[in-house]
This record gives sequence, C-alpha cells and structure tokens, in this order.
Amino acid sequence: MNTRIVEIWVGIFIAAGAAALFMLAMKVSNLASYTDDEGYTITAKFEDASGLKVRSPVAMAGVRLGRVTDIKFDNISLEAIVTMRIESQYKTLPKDTSASIYTAGLLGEKYVGLEPGGDEASLKQGSRIKLTQSSMVLEKLIGQFVAQFLNNDNSDKDK
Amino acid sequence: MLELIQTLGKKGLDFFERLGRACILFTRILGGLHTLIPRVGLVIYQIYSVGVLSLLIIVVSGLFVGMVLGLQGYNTLVDFGAEESLGVLVALSLVRELGPVVAALLFAGRAGSALTAEIGLMKATEQLSAMEMMAIDPVQRVLAPRFLAGFIAMPLLAAIFSAVGVMGGYFVGVGLVGVDEGAFWSQMQDSVDLYDDIYNGVIKSVVFGVVVTWIAIFEGSDSIPTSEGVSRATTRTVVHSSLAILGLDFVLTALMFGEI
Amino acid sequence: MTDNDILVRTRDLSFKRGDRVIFDGVDIDIRRGSVTAIMGPSGTGKTTLLRLIGGQLTPDTGTVMVDGKSVHELNHGQLYQLRKRMGMLFQNGALLTDLNVYDNVAFPLREHTDLSESLIHKLVLMKLEAVGLRGAYGLMPSELSGGMARRVALARAIALDPMMIMYDEPFTGQDPISLGVLVRLIKLLNDALGLTSIIVSHDIKDTLSIADDVYLLSGGKVVAHGSGNDLNNSGSEWAQQFLKGLPDGPVPFHYSAKDYADDLLNGKPGRAQTRM
Repeated sequence: MNTRIVEIWVGIFIAAGAAALFMLAMKVSNLASYTDDEGYTITAKFEDASGLKVRSPVAMAGVRLGRVTDIKFDNISLEAIVTMRIESQYKTLPKDTSASIYTAGLLGEKYVGLEPGGDEASLKQGSRIKLTQSSMVLEKLIGQFVAQFLNNDNSDKDK
Repeated sequence: MLELIQTLGKKGLDFFERLGRACILFTRILGGLHTLIPRVGLVIYQIYSVGVLSLLIIVVSGLFVGMVLGLQGYNTLVDFGAEESLGVLVALSLVRELGPVVAALLFAGRAGSALTAEIGLMKATEQLSAMEMMAIDPVQRVLAPRFLAGFIAMPLLAAIFSAVGVMGGYFVGVGLVGVDEGAFWSQMQDSVDLYDDIYNGVIKSVVFGVVVTWIAIFEGSDSIPTSEGVSRATTRTVVHSSLAILGLDFVLTALMFGEI
Repeated sequence: MTDNDILVRTRDLSFKRGDRVIFDGVDIDIRRGSVTAIMGPSGTGKTTLLRLIGGQLTPDTGTVMVDGKSVHELNHGQLYQLRKRMGMLFQNGALLTDLNVYDNVAFPLREHTDLSESLIHKLVLMKLEAVGLRGAYGLMPSELSGGMARRVALARAIALDPMMIMYDEPFTGQDPISLGVLVRLIKLLNDALGLTSIIVSHDIKDTLSIADDVYLLSGGKVVAHGSGNDLNNSGSEWAQQFLKGLPDGPVPFHYSAKDYADDLLNGKPGRAQTRM
C-alpha cells in the first residue's frame, strides 16, 4: 500500500472525525450558552416546585434569560429554594419581579416564568424574588375542581 | 448434578485464567507504547487499516439508524402533539447511546475480527516467532500499534456515526415528514448538553475502543495456531466484544446518567 | 575440543510438555564453523531443541550455553542482544506477509541498525544475490513458491551477519531442484561466511551429504552421535532402522492393538467416533 495514499486517507479520516465532533458540539448541543459569561445568581422560594429541574429555563416575556442551577429544601420555612443564573446582559429586571412555575405546552417541561414589577432598583447577584407562585400539580387541580363542583352542588340544594 | 457444578467451576477457573493472561498482555502493550513515539508510521498505517476501512459501514449504518429514528420518532411523538421535539429525540438517542454502542458493535465485527484473524494468522505461520528470534518484540512491533490505532479510531468513528445519524434524522424529519426546521434544531440545541451528553458519549466510545481492541488483540495472540483455532478466535472476539460493550454500556450509563 | 571451539553446548537438558517427556538429560556439543545435524523421527522435539537454544523456551533442568553464555540466565536485554547474532530459518520461511521480498530482508536491518536507506539497499541486494533471488526483490511472499520463500527467509536470516544459523526442517516438502539449491546454499554460506549451522531434519540423504556432525535423538535421549560414516556403522538397531528407512524394526509397523484373529471373530462392530 502506497504510504502516501495511506497517510492521506488517515488524514481525511481524522479530519472527518474531528469535524463530526465539532458539528455535534456546535449544532447539536448547547455549546453556545457555554460561551456566555457567568451572569448573576438570584433565588426564589416556592411552596411547590414539582416538576422543575436543574437546567430548566428561566424566561421573561417568552425570552430565555437563564437557567435553574440548583433546587434545595429550606428546613425552616419548609419551602423549596430555587437558585437561578441570569445572563449578565439582562441587568434591568426590577427588584419586585415575580416568579411562577409554568408548563411549556400540555406535556412539556416546567420552566420559571418571570413577570416584571415596577421597582426602579434592579435584581443583582444574590437578590431574592419575594413574590412566587407554585407550579400547578394536576392532582391538586382536579381536587380543587371536584371540591368546587361539590360546593356548587350543595349550594344548589340549599336553594 | 455434580458434574454440572464441576463444569461450572472449571469454566469459571478457565475464564479467570484467560482474563489473567489478557491482563498481562494489556500491561505489556501499555509498557511498549512509548516505543511508538519515533515510529508513527506504524500507527498511521494501522489507523488506516482499522479506522478508514471501517468508514463505509459506519457512515451507511449511521445514516440509516438516524433515518429510522426520525421516522419512528415522528410516528410516536405525533400522537402527543410533540413532533417538534423530534430533533431532541434523534440527537439524544444517538449521542448518548446509539452512537457509541452501535459504532462499537460494528467496529468489533469489522475491525475487531480482522485484527484477530490477522494476528492469529501471523501466529500460525510463525511470523511472531520469527520476529522474536530476530530480537524484535512482537508486542511492541505488531500489537502496540494496533492497540493505539483502535484507541484513536473508535471515538472518531462513534462521532461520525452520531453526526451522520443526526443528519439522517434531519433529512427524514424535516425533509420527508415535515417537522419545522427551526424547531428541530433549536429544541435539540436546548436539550443536548455538551458535558452531560456529548462528553459522556465520547468517554463511552473511548472505553469501548479500548475494550474491543484489547479483546481482539488478545484473542488473536492467544489463539491456537491452526486454521480452526484462528477461526474460533475470530468468533470469540466478536461475541465477547459485543457482550462487553453492552454490559459496559449499562454500567457507564448508570454512572453517567443515573441521577437524572 | 577446547571450550572455545564449542559454540553451543547443552548439558543434562531436560524438558517436559505437560506429562510428555521431550528431553531427558541431553548433552550436545556444536563446534564452531561446523554443519551439525539433529535428526530423529517426527515429534521427537527437534524444533523444541531449537527453541530452547534460542531462549524461547526454558528447560526444566540442565543448561544451554551459547558462545559461553548461559541462555536462560540472561535478562531480557541480553537475550535480545544474543538473538541478533543468531539467525533462524523456519519451516515455511515465516516471511512477513504484508511486506515484499526486499522489505522482508531489510526488516532486521531497519529495526536494529541506523544505516541509511542507500546502504541498506546495497546490503539487501547482496544478501539476495547470495541466495540467487536478487531479481525477485519486488515480489510479495504470496507470489513465491515454497522453495523461493525459504531462500528469501535465508537471506533475511543472514542479514545481520550472524554467528550461527538454525534450520528447522529446511528440506521438508521440497522438489528435487529446490532441494539441491538449498543443500548447496547451506553448505556454501556456512563455509563462505564462517557460520555455524544447526540443521534439524529427518531427511537422511541430503542432510548427511553436508553434515560434519550428526546427533540422532529418540525418546528424549541422544541415541547416536558422530559423523555420517560413524552412524552408518553404529551398532544401535534403532539407528539402523532410521538411517536405512526400514518399515519395521525397533519402531514397529503395527500400532498396538488386540490379537488380530480375536478382533475379527469376536470384536463388536461399532461406529467410529467422529471428532470434528
């Protein structure tokens, strides 16, 4: 086997392999977000954070501002503490922003949706969001619905 | 009944004896790797033999696997109205599992069996013996280059498999079935993590590469030097490699992805 | 014979493979510059003897000295140094199948020396010329006949100008012309290059025609030793049967079996056991 041909083919092979890895890294994965800067961290407490996961998106007005980085349990207030990292370019979020846990689509994943308040001061590193709304758990919804239904029934009977 | 237990015991002891010899060979190969630094030409030729010549089967298989994923994935997701997540399905399946595993299985079948047959034949025709008598260590000259080549080629092949597979899924999903192109890529990029998924996939393929090449080289150099012995060794390489790949895949997956 | 005259000496060499005794106290002296033949029936372990001399196998007891060094007490590096001075011709040549004739002969030169390619070129051609195959330098081993392959292997064996060459059954399965060529080459190279040659063979006529010294091995022991003439006059019945190629004698014609008449009349017919 001619050495030159062999070396050319091996070169092509290694180049193709490297290109494949590169393509996977760039087009397929979220490499783009890794090239971003560190951003700043904020926290929020929720009564119920079911379904929310680390790396779930954090969005405002439908635009992803960052991701959930940690979910812990607070032994004192018995609530969930969710830590989020917001990209540093979004530095004008008002201090009284509220956070709620929504579902993307009917069966989609949970994400944290932020609604702006009116405060002139902005959220920064270590800020805590005070106003939160928990995620909707299907069973509780059904329970509420059934209870509501029974209530109406009873009040009808009373009439 | 007692005979069965005795056979079991004997097979167990035989297994460990072979494993021991394989580990000794592995150590000798590792010890001989440094001699390859001035002899890159040997390794390059082996990369050609083991990697380049496997490209065809890897690319074709990757393409078809990706396309099938696209079709089957679509059929299942469309029932949930979630067909826009097709990209996620295809990419994660390939990068995390199918890329490393299927590429390794194909590698074992094509390159692994070829390595075993080649080395076994060299043993049977006394070429390895002749080298020893010429004061050339066959482990350094013949086995180490092949081992290094397998180690380098396997991850590249797995990456090519995954990349081609994703393209296959794209052609079927977006081109054929009509999933939205933007959704395909953007949801994929949102869900595939560089470290958790791609990096772990690469680690898997490196581990598989080491194990398959090790088994192939060992079976070849341990074979009985007759034509029957070599053919049996070749079969053993494919079988043992496949089992090892699937077993290790479970262990690695549990370690890497177990907590999600 | 002074010690300096002896290149290879084994003393009380014993070797077993599993339960089979291959050698049981074998003493052999091989003189420098001589062509020594080791002969015996198939399976006596003649090839094993070569492997013991070359250090590929270790004896159970006894010593093997080559050029004054005890082979099995050498460490890895010293053994490899010693092997560079030994050439070995394997039964089927054992050429490296992915290299052509030129590269095969150049192989030991490229591996063990730093000589330039142009110098190697000259050396390879010289070695090939010595075996008469200079024109075949570009052929692949698969394109060579058996006899030609052995000659190329011989050229490879003398590439590093060794002090001795071991021939493992060089005459087996050769046509008369190739045989004649090989016989002539072995003797010629031995004398011209000042080598010591050890030939392992069971071919009587051709081996005895060039051997200065012959050892007959059987049952793990040296049965007879001397020059070709000495052996022809030796008293051992077995040696006579071997040398003359008699079909029956101390080594019987019939494999041990029951009484013939008994077997025919009373033996039970049975299916042969197929072992595939």
